[in-house]
This record gives sequence, structure tokens and C-alpha cells, in this order.
Amino acid sequence: MATTTLRWVISPDRAPEGSELHRRRTKSFSAADLALLVSSAAAAVSFVWFVFYQLTPFSGAAGFTLASIAVFLVVYYFANRQVFGRMAAVDRVVASLVTLGSVGVVVALGLVIGFLFVRGHSLISWHFFTHDQKGVPQTAPASAGGIGHAIVGTIEQVGIAVLIGAPAGVATAVFLNEVGGRITAAIRVVITAMSAVPSIVAGLFIYVLLITEFHYGFRGIAGSLALAILLLPNITRTTEEVLKVVHGSLREASMALGAPEWRTVWSVVLPTARTGVATAILLGIARIVGETAPLLVTVSSNTAMNLSPVHNPQEALPIFVWQYYQLPLAKDVERAFGAGLALVGLVLILFIAARLIASIKPGVTNRMVSRLKRTPKEAVA
Amino acid sequence: MSGTSSGNTPQGSAGAPDLQPPPGDYGPRHLLLSRSTQDRLYRGSVRGVAIAAFVLLFLIGLFLLLKSLPAIDKEGWGTFLTTTGWTTGGPHPSFGILAVLYWTVVIAVIALIVGVPVSLCAALFITDYAPLRVRRALVALIDLLAVVPSVIFGLWGLFLLQPNLEGFAKFLAMHFGWFPLFRSPAGNTLFSNSAFIAGILVGVMIVPIVTSVTREIFSLTPPGEREGAMALGATKASVIRTVVLPFGRGGFIGAVMLGLGRALGETIAVAIVISPTFIISGHILSPGGNSIAALIARQFGQGGQSGAEALLGAGFVLFVFTLIVNFGASIVVNRSRTGASA
Repeated sequence: MATTTLRWVISPDRAPEGSELHRRRTKSFSAADLALLVSSAAAAVSFVWFVFYQLTPFSGAAGFTLASIAVFLVVYYFANRQVFGRMAAVDRVVASLVTLGSVGVVVALGLVIGFLFVRGHSLISWHFFTHDQKGVPQTAPASAGGIGHAIVGTIEQVGIAVLIGAPAGVATAVFLNEVGGRITAAIRVVITAMSAVPSIVAGLFIYVLLITEFHYGFRGIAGSLALAILLLPNITRTTEEVLKVVHGSLREASMALGAPEWRTVWSVVLPTARTGVATAILLGIARIVGETAPLLVTVSSNTAMNLSPVHNPQEALPIFVWQYYQLPLAKDVERAFGAGLALVGLVLILFIAARLIASIKPGVTNRMVSRLKRTPKEAVA
Repeated sequence: MSGTSSGNTPQGSAGAPDLQPPPGDYGPRHLLLSRSTQDRLYRGSVRGVAIAAFVLLFLIGLFLLLKSLPAIDKEGWGTFLTTTGWTTGGPHPSFGILAVLYWTVVIAVIALIVGVPVSLCAALFITDYAPLRVRRALVALIDLLAVVPSVIFGLWGLFLLQPNLEGFAKFLAMHFGWFPLFRSPAGNTLFSNSAFIAGILVGVMIVPIVTSVTREIFSLTPPGEREGAMALGATKASVIRTVVLPFGRGGFIGAVMLGLGRALGETIAVAIVISPTFIISGHILSPGGNSIAALIARQFGQGGQSGAEALLGAGFVLFVFTLIVNFGASIVVNRSRTGASA
């Protein structure tokens, strides 16, 4: 008797219900639950398989998956209702619906990148990244020529856009958060609206201004300006969020030491927020690197390498993809996929860099902060 | 800090009687806010940049309007807004935005029907169901989905999504053709390049923005009310229904409107998938459809001067349209963020 009681003390779940030692498990997913889940899923899939493949003509993997999920939720609801009652059934169906929705998002992302990789990876080579399409004959295989001209174009256009858009975006955020004034609310509203301007409209604006008004012609720099219009509000909004988090006592301490406002912003606020600001800028860049529509109406295209953003049209990676997928030959479509993979690779690098920088703890790398932390100990010693 | 102050206190109290206040004027002081030249320069320059950004938005609208006026004036605004065809060249140009606007809205609505429930699920999963590690990973993946270029989505939609959805569309047309939305023209055997497929594609594309705004709003749910409901014995589903959703409703509506704004302005992905038409019809499953942004991308550089001006007019309509939707959305979201339910 004593040994059994001891065993219940060690694992109270097994103690008989009603006994003093019995405790409730707050969270449990028992074998019976698992059996319900698996059998409901199996029932749903086989039912849908029967309807789709035996009664009606084949209708695609997407339809099959969607129908299976719908049938599964119904089956799962009734099975749970039978065993646990209505409330538990609703709870479980909601939980599985929510989980399936999230899994769907991840699957979609995986399919986008996986599909691109499958179709485009065969072309990826040093040769593909360093050559242009000038003079490549129609009969040449897909591996002839490359996307070097598009890569150079994208880097130059995006680079100039960042040089214009990033400082302006950060300065606007500094104004909104640090300086302020009567126009703050109006500017914030306009920035929010600007961040949602369809990218093609930004492109059309530059087209109208530079190309039809001043007869400037299609240039890489025209694309840069359009991209800068898209970049600015993006960076402003994220940077403002970051600046808001900087503790007010840091500003006050700086002011109390007699620092002027600009010094406070430059040496205290921005350094404290620098990982956040860097993340904001990198994510902003990742977002504009793949913009196609604004470049289409401002940069035009070029099959040859053009190093200059201010003379003659340039190529860009998104434009390359847009043009080559439309061509009738399979090898051109393959080139489009290769360029698309390169583009997504670039976006991924920027994204991962942004994530890594965001994950740096400010106290670890920020020399000022770590020095401040060290000082009291040294003073005591 | 604490070590030094505790060391100083006894000394200070011991020496206090000897201390005399330093000589000086202890009367009321005149405080004056005067900024140095550098500070005024700094404030002026950041204010200048901010105002420049402000002015830019007005310029965009103004320029599009001014430049599109010649072509639209020839047509007349009434005609431009009510004509369905798009013939900009030739001896009898006749073009209007009506059919294109109609299809833009149709695609956006399909996108919302597809994207919003998925976003709601993902947002709820992140705030209420996922363990911390899964939550972080999912947030990162959804952020990544937001930066995938739309031209890549377009390729994916055309070469992977479409072949897989055609069968489903055919299935809907065959077995649910009695339902007005799934009707297709008599004898139609093609189910590609349709508003249905474009809408689903755009639906996937708006998931990140809708999810991240919704998630942020849901995470602001007062923990006290959430825990109160749980203490009363509510299941997770009823906590969501009675606490999370009512609290986040305003913000969620705003998030949906932001998604609508994105869907209306989506350009390249729609242009890649859709086969453009200029006829208003209810056949969303069969080939055909359009959107203002896709029209501009496809037709740009064609139809000479008047063609370009007509496209600018279309761009202006799109601009105004998305601006209204997004202003509404940001007002709703901001009101919801401050705690009041819309």
C-alpha cells in the first residue's frame, strides 16, 4: 500500500480520481485524441479521394487539398462532439483551423521559393552572373549569355535609391519623433498613405516628370528616383517605431550634460537605435530590390552591359524576368527563372542580414552602453 | 551607481552642518528657450526633409492629373469613367476605365476572400496558440513572404498555381455552375488566366500585411480580460470569440482595408497571370479580366502620345482609389491601437 501511494506521489496523474493525490493535467493530448485526429484526417482524405477520382474527373492537387481540409474539419468536429461534447469539439476545430491556416502560409512560401529553385538552379553559375545577353544567338542554349548586366543595373539603381531614400527616410523619422511640431500629424498621415502608393504610380510620376516633361529619356537613375519614393515612407515608418523605443531618460541625461539637441540625436538616440535603424533600411531595400513595375516605365531595358546609370537605358533583374518569361522559347523562360532565383537570393541575403542585425543585443556591441555598464564596478573597486 | 551613493550618504550627513550654500542669486530664475545655430540648422533640415516628403505626395497626384488631362479632356471625364473599351489610337479613339476598374475590384475582392481568413488564422495562431519558438519562426517567415518580389509571385502563379487550380476551377464550373458566380460561357473549356486565379494569387500576396497588422492588434488584447475568461473556464476558442475578436475588430477591419489597398495596386503578378479583356462580365472562372495597374504595365509604350496620356489617367484613378482606401485603413487601425474599438 505504501509503495503504491508513493508511486502516485511520483506520478499523480495515475492516482485514482477522487483521491487526495489525484491532480489534473492542465494540458494533455492523449492517445485517444491522437487516434481521433488521425482517423478523421484519414477519413477525410479517403472520402475526397473517392469523390474526386472515382465520381468526378481529376481536378488538381490544389482542389484536392482544399476539399480534404474542409471535409477533415467537418469530420473532426462530429467525431469530437461524439466523444467530448460540443464545446470541446468547437475548441479543437478552431485550433486545427488556425494551425492549418498558418501551415498553409508556410507551405505557400516554401512552394514559391522551392519552385523557383527547381526551375532556375540549373543555370546558376559564375558565367551566368558575369555575362550579358548582347549578341547571344537565337539558337544558343540557355546557358549562353547571362544576367551580369541585370545584376549591375539592379545594384546601381537600388544603390542610388538607398543613397537618396535612406537618409531622407531616417531624417523624416527623426523629425516626427524628436523634433515635432504642428505639422507632425499631417506628415505622419501622408507618410502612411505614401507607403501604400502602388509602385507603378510612383514609376509613372517619375516618367511624367523626367521623361515627358524634361525629355530626359529612360535611364537607370530615373528608376532610382522611383524606387526612392517607395523606399522613403517604408524606412520612415519602421525607423519611427524604433526611435519610439529609445528610452526618454537617455535623451534627458544627454541634455542634462549640456549636449545640444542635434548632438543628443546624433550621439545618443541614433546609436542606441542603430540596430533597429539598420534593420529598417535593409528590409526597405529588400522590398524595393524586386520592384518591377516602376522600373518598367522609367529604366526600360537593355540587352548589353551598361555601367552608367545616367546614359542610355539599363537592365535590372526584375525587368529581365518580366521580359524573358514572355518569350516563346523554353530556354528564355529558363533564363527568366534563373534570373528570378538570383533576385530571390539577393532578397534573401538582405533579409537574413536584417534579421541578424536585429537579433544583436544592443548592450553587447554598443561600446557606449557596455562602458556605462562597466563604470560602477570599476568605481567600487 | 547604488554602491557609490550609499557610500556618500553618511559622509554627506556628517559634513552637512559645516556646509554653507555657495554664494549666488537664489531668487526666481528666468528660463529662456534659445537654441544654438547648430540646433536650429538641425531642426530646420529634418523639418525640410519631412515637408519635402509631404509635398512629394501632392506632386505625384498633381502631375498625374495634369498630364492625363489632355487625353481625358478629349474624351470627357464622364465618358472616361463609363466607357469599357480601350482603343487609344486610330481615327476613333474610345477608351474608358469602367471595365478595368470593375475587374480590379473583382480581383481584389477574390483576393480578400482568399487571403483574409488565412491571415486571421495565422494571426490567431501567432498570438494564441503557437509556442514561443514557433511564433518567432512564423513571424520571420511571414516577414520573408512580404519581401518576395511580385514578379516572382507572378511566375509562381503562372507556372505552378495555375496548372493546379485549373482543375479546381473546372470542377466548380461543372458542378456548381448553377451558382451565378461560378457560371462560365456556354461551350467554354478554358479555365486559365482568369480573375479567379489572379485573385487567389493576389490573396496569397496580401497575407503578410494583413497578418502582421492583425497580429499586432490582437497582441494588444488586455491580458486581464483574457485571463478572466480563462479563469471562468472558457476554452481557447471561446476566449478568442469573446475577448480577442471583439477587442481587435477595429484593427482587423483596418488590416483588411490595408490588404485591399495592396490588392488594388498589385501590378506585375496580375499582369503575368491575367489575359486582359475590356468587357464587363460575371465569368470569373474563364479567361479574361484586368486591373488598372496591370493595364499600365502591359500597355506602356504602346499607342503613342494619346495612349500614354490615357494610361496616366488610369494611373490617376488608381492613385486616388488606393489613397482613399489606405487613408480609411490607417485611421481605423490607429483608432484601434489607442484602445477604442471602432
